[in-house]
Amino acid sequence: MNVVVCIKQVPGSTEVRIDPKTHSLIRESVEAIINPFDENAIEAGLQLRDQQGGKVTVMTMGPPQAESALRQAIAMGADEAVLITDPAFRLSDTLATSYTLARAIHKVGDFDLVICGKQAIDGDTAQVGPGVAEQLGIPQATFVIGLEVNGRKILAKRMLEDSFEVVELRMPALITVVKQMNEPRTAPMKGVLRARRAAITAWNKDDLGANPSRIGFDGSPTWVIKSFHPERRKRGEMLEGTTEEVAAVLAEKIKSLNLG
Amino acid sequence: MLIRIIAEKCTGCQLCLRPCPYGGVEMVGKVAVLNENCTYCGACVPACKSDAIEVVERQPGASEAARYRGVWVIAEHDNGMLKGGTVELLGEGRKLAEELQVPLEGVILGDGIKPLAEEMVHYGADKVYMADHPVLSRYRTGPYTDIICGLTNKKLPEIILVSATAQGRDLAPRVAARLGAGLTADCTGLEIDPEKRLLVQTRPAFGGNLMATILCPEARPQMSTVRPNVMKKAQLDPSRKGEIEVIPVGLDERGVATKILEVIRQEEGDEVNLLDAKVIVSGGRGLGKPENFSVIRELAKVLGAGVGASRATVDAGWIPAYHQVGQTGKTVQPKLYIACGISGAVQHLAGMSAAETIIAINKDPNAPIFDVATYGIVGDLFEVVPALTEKLKELLA
Repeated sequence: MNVVVCIKQVPGSTEVRIDPKTHSLIRESVEAIINPFDENAIEAGLQLRDQQGGKVTVMTMGPPQAESALRQAIAMGADEAVLITDPAFRLSDTLATSYTLARAIHKVGDFDLVICGKQAIDGDTAQVGPGVAEQLGIPQATFVIGLEVNGRKILAKRMLEDSFEVVELRMPALITVVKQMNEPRTAPMKGVLRARRAAITAWNKDDLGANPSRIGFDGSPTWVIKSFHPERRKRGEMLEGTTEEVAAVLAEKIKSLNLG
Repeated sequence: MLIRIIAEKCTGCQLCLRPCPYGGVEMVGKVAVLNENCTYCGACVPACKSDAIEVVERQPGASEAARYRGVWVIAEHDNGMLKGGTVELLGEGRKLAEELQVPLEGVILGDGIKPLAEEMVHYGADKVYMADHPVLSRYRTGPYTDIICGLTNKKLPEIILVSATAQGRDLAPRVAARLGAGLTADCTGLEIDPEKRLLVQTRPAFGGNLMATILCPEARPQMSTVRPNVMKKAQLDPSRKGEIEVIPVGLDERGVATKILEVIRQEEGDEVNLLDAKVIVSGGRGLGKPENFSVIRELAKVLGAGVGASRATVDAGWIPAYHQVGQTGKTVQPKLYIACGISGAVQHLAGMSAAETIIAINKDPNAPIFDVATYGIVGDLFEVVPALTEKLKELLA
């Protein structure tokens, strides 16, 4: 069973702080990591390969330095890695990103399952997984917490707001996974050594045969026109007194919110 | 919007470096240049004192966009009831439709849903497109996408609103990808730019640490998923009249690639639907052991609240994962969030600090949760929470 895992390199912290005096951003040098949900996606791919045979190809679209994320994935056990990088991909929104990844998966060719994390912790959109599935014309199951393979079919258990749903899909298919799906393995020393030497395939827009009007800025219908910081919450009122007193004040405060 | 630095005008003063959130401006020799981190957000533009940073607006292809008219709301329903988020979308959609002076239309798919289509009219829809068929009884990506895309291509709405729920976030990107439409995820603010007739969408990113305003100037429809509990609900007016147009469904179960084999409902359904919950009571490591979630549950019961949990308690196996609030759990925006024994790690705050009112109860006066709390109580949650539960029972009785 051949699996393609799509990953994204993200800043290690989503905390973006602002200087209260100058109102400018304090940019702390945060380490770039593999998006946490994507680590679960890699782990899910590796487990399937270990049970079923086949190989795991991990891919990312990003600047050249995203290569380090791919090396981490190889260290965990991925067989092959593809870096999709080209200045022409810059400013891609989720639609252009989905198109580009789908082109790359198409080029990999022989795949049974595509696995993505449910969303990236920087953009928080959760749109690329389904977008890729649509561009590939294959069925999808999002927010997957459990997976079973049965011949050419997979049974995916999806985590919804207040219930779970088990869906049956025919492969090739795409799933996006939640954190509770598994516990990503730590890279073994052997893997770390292998990752250092591993060759990483790099594909640009020409390698993908990408339509120039569907990639990067030109392929992105949505434009970010402004970024700003939300008003920071202020430290509120500290209630003091005996437990009884505090509980009574709090109960009144809650009542006055008119939540009914 | 595109941004360009005019090298001849740049004085090398470096004032544009600091305002950039992305490290997208750097000095090459004595001239500022945009590097690959630049997202063209525009934060650097006002900083330049020598007009060396130029904004180039891309002109929308107006002729194509003008063919699209009307605001659509895609309904979500469960157990014969419209979801709260759908009623909010009808309220918000009405506002947008009035500003654009176009009709507000609903789209509903399901089995035996005529009463719900009528209810959408009562909540403000001028017209509702209804696809009523046994194959559609439960949401599935394939048939829902097919029907909505087909309908969109025929009727050409300019805006489509979808709830940012598990269903909406499964469906909307699929529809948008097929239509080549622009889609903005998890919006918390929607407005109309009256001059350009564009939908101005605001959404949080980086776990709520950064807000972005997003436009879709050319492609149509403009699609948004909208975070539940943020917009105001539409008022029900049973005397309102509107048209219901039945959409013929030529589907056959054999033609649908996906099968739903099983649905496992949580017995404690009300407690876990955090995205719809107006109130959430959450427990953290301060509970000490799994049984102590009973303290949280009792308070939640009195308030009709959802039960949330910190990552630590979920990782320890004290409570199932769907209760988890935070960066790797759920992002919630209730009217009231009560955090009990939760210290307030950055990752947890990312999931709940958009709540309208936050109450924090914690033993440690230095816990970061107090920095975001509207009301804070330094104390033993095993005393404060039960006392609060009792008081509320009296007050709300």
